[in-house]
Amino acid sequence: MALYSEKVMDHFRNPRNVGEIPDADGIGEVGNARCGDIMKIYIKVKDGIITDVKFNTFGCGSAIASSSMATELIKGKPISQALELTNKAVAEALDGLPAYKMHCSVLAEEAIRAAIKDYYDKNGIEYDKSQFPEPDEDKEIHED
Amino acid sequence: MSRTAIDAMLPYLDKIYGNPSSLHSVGQRAKEALEAARADVAACLGAKPNEIYFTSCGSESDNQAIRSAAHVGAQKGKKHIISTTFEHHAVLHTLERLKREEGFEVTLLDVHSNGVVTADEVKAAIRPDTCLVTIMYANNEIGTVQPIREIGAVCREAKVTFHTDAVQAVGHIPVNVADDNIDMLSLSAHKFHGPKGTGVLYCRNGVRLIPFIDGGAQERNKRAGTENIAEIVAMAAALKESCAHMEENAAKLVKMRDRIIAALTQIPHSKLNGDMAHHLPGTINMCFEGIEGEGLLLLLDDKGICASSGSACTSGSLDPSHVLLAIGLPHEVAHGSLRLSLSEYNTEEDADRIIAAVPEVVEYLRNMSPVWKEMERGELKHIL
Repeated sequence: MALYSEKVMDHFRNPRNVGEIPDADGIGEVGNARCGDIMKIYIKVKDGIITDVKFNTFGCGSAIASSSMATELIKGKPISQALELTNKAVAEALDGLPAYKMHCSVLAEEAIRAAIKDYYDKNGIEYDKSQFPEPDEDKEIHED
Repeated sequence: MSRTAIDAMLPYLDKIYGNPSSLHSVGQRAKEALEAARADVAACLGAKPNEIYFTSCGSESDNQAIRSAAHVGAQKGKKHIISTTFEHHAVLHTLERLKREEGFEVTLLDVHSNGVVTADEVKAAIRPDTCLVTIMYANNEIGTVQPIREIGAVCREAKVTFHTDAVQAVGHIPVNVADDNIDMLSLSAHKFHGPKGTGVLYCRNGVRLIPFIDGGAQERNKRAGTENIAEIVAMAAALKESCAHMEENAAKLVKMRDRIIAALTQIPHSKLNGDMAHHLPGTINMCFEGIEGEGLLLLLDDKGICASSGSACTSGSLDPSHVLLAIGLPHEVAHGSLRLSLSEYNTEEDADRIIAAVPEVVEYLRNMSPVWKEMERGELKHIL
């Protein structure tokens, strides 16, 4: 069996929404280069809707595919819905990830949350802080 | 596998399917083939046939050599072993277990930024209780060749057993156990176009070897288990062929290797790893800043290029290659490594393909890398 599903390979070979948004309303960056994964997600928001989203990722095939899939899943969606996106949903949309690559989907979820938090902070929007726990960089989450 | 190795092995899967331990004629023909293979392997290494033990792989040979020397040492109260930080895991993990479970002390010598340890450093590390020095002939990831003859001489003088994992060297560069002062040596068949799952442990006459698989009397009571005749015969044929053509193969590979290196080092913020003055003919290891190795491998695979990397993602662990960290590369650089292993079956067209594909793929991945973009904007300093 191949390492990755066809869907992972498709999103890795043809990643959607690659790039930067110079006038982004929110930017989220998670991971660190030492561990070999950094995801940076840019969002544009209008009337509570994520109208555009782009990403840049330094990481393995599944990190790039997770970024691509996560941006697809939140594009055009209300912020409230984007906040509900879980790493599991990203992985499932990719037809699964190998167990030791699940942290890539976790990074994608965290990067989106970080971008939304940045948008809230920049615009002085009140929010429930418990919705945005600090990503713990020392702890790698591996879910089966 | 080489055609020579396949042709050599086929009769032993079919017509001569005997067990060398059997007295009947088919068994005895297998026995003759086994001993002929032993003599061939011995001749290629400058050893005597009765110093050659067939094993299932290089890792098994490493394990047996190290554990055997350790146990012999422990019986004399000597429980100190010297090795290097960038050995193969078959060596490092064995040493780790001896340390953890049997109280051995292990000194791992630094291999410096060039990936070469010196005989003087080995000499300085030898203590009265040192029972074994185990240092690889050539590194499997970065291809640097160690001064084995000098290290062997130092060990011989200090009366310390010297083992070398020569898996990457045998069949590619001249290896002679007598000239190189080697007491024990491990090799693996698939590194010179032989079959996978078969290897050799050379153990010099006079150096005690303890068996780790008990059972029948095979391999002169040092390694029980019915011999894998077909693969052993194929290994010997492959080794003979590699040794016979070593010079011409090396000349061809060095030319191809250096052409690829000259082209790929043109990629900005890249680095060639390992001292090229002491190097295997066919190994190339480079790092490209701002990218992660796995993506590089997958995209090269799409272009028909099978490469490997020392990135964490390709190893399934969180840390990048211990070899690249051992030569002092920072984690973030080690994640972006590429290893190409050339063989005499590669062509100049293959080299052209590599030279065209790698810069393209590196640029593509850099264009979506936040790390690279920050470096290009001057927000993050380039390391390479």
